Amino acid sequence: MDSVTASEARTPLAATADNGLKIVIVGGFGVGKTTMVRSVSDIRPLNTEETMTQAGEGTDDRSAVPNKTATTVAFDFGRISLDEHTVLYLFGAPGQERFWFLWDRLFAGTLGAIVLVDDRRLADSWYAIDRLEHHGTPFVVARNDFGGPPYTAAEVRKALDLDPNVPLLTCDARSRAAGKQVLISLAEHLQSLAAAQQETAAP
Amino acid sequence: MTPRPGRDDDPDRLYTLTQGRSRPATDEFDLVTLVVAESDPVPGMQSEHVAILRMCRRPTAVVEVSAQLKLPVSITKILLSDLLETGKVTARHPRTTPNTAGAQRLPDPTTLEKVLVGLRHRL
Repeated sequence: MDSVTASEARTPLAATADNGLKIVIVGGFGVGKTTMVRSVSDIRPLNTEETMTQAGEGTDDRSAVPNKTATTVAFDFGRISLDEHTVLYLFGAPGQERFWFLWDRLFAGTLGAIVLVDDRRLADSWYAIDRLEHHGTPFVVARNDFGGPPYTAAEVRKALDLDPNVPLLTCDARSRAAGKQVLISLAEHLQSLAAAQQETAAP
Repeated sequence: MTPRPGRDDDPDRLYTLTQGRSRPATDEFDLVTLVVAESDPVPGMQSEHVAILRMCRRPTAVVEVSAQLKLPVSITKILLSDLLETGKVTARHPRTTPNTAGAQRLPDPTTLEKVLVGLRHRL
């Protein structure tokens, strides 16, 4: 992981900043999560971790496990100041199993997620997509273009068993413009979901 | 490469830092709650508290405090709740009101509009 150490010069937020928002980028190792965070972030990505050591807490029932071992999840993050009050934090997190034990503690209230996939290793993201669906967290899927086998969008959708409503995008995680487009697509997807929900709720 | 300090720290050290507590007194800190120092450090203060008061002269998210201190988020929250209880910091919590009408948890339209405008103009 090539995020910076914390001692580097910090870019402080505006004194008026008072509302933090979250978007999570999930995907397998080496798929480009940190790269994407870096290409859109106002700061160089930082890294931290959360550790859960208590028995029987949350969904991680350890009562049957004689030796309590800590669940530790490390993640990178960056941020974008959207206006003088609003700051969007982007978290790059591995989609492995233990990560989801901490999802509610870390990412409750997240706006939505970006599942970053590598066409050559699509199966790596099955679990993440499954968990997001289970949690009811809206998401888009972004294919990081590694110049791999030219699968069609339809083939990728089929391999991921994607709901037809979930946007599938192609991007280059190193590109700021591409990262911006993925974020905008997620926000627009959230808007259309909200509009559809309103229609259903209307009498 | 030297491993990042904190990552493989002896749990005893973390235990000492928080005087044995593993949970904060308050559950209100979110990862992106913005913390603002309301006073300057004073002599005799725990060094982590001093560091927090210094870095929070401008609003700083809990997760950034955690990264700067090189301490896990949960330990950071305990240290922050000490400072919050004594009025040395204030907390600006996320204001999204999740729309829970449907099956999916969706943010409110005002927040979404701000996100889109911000992304289009700032990025």
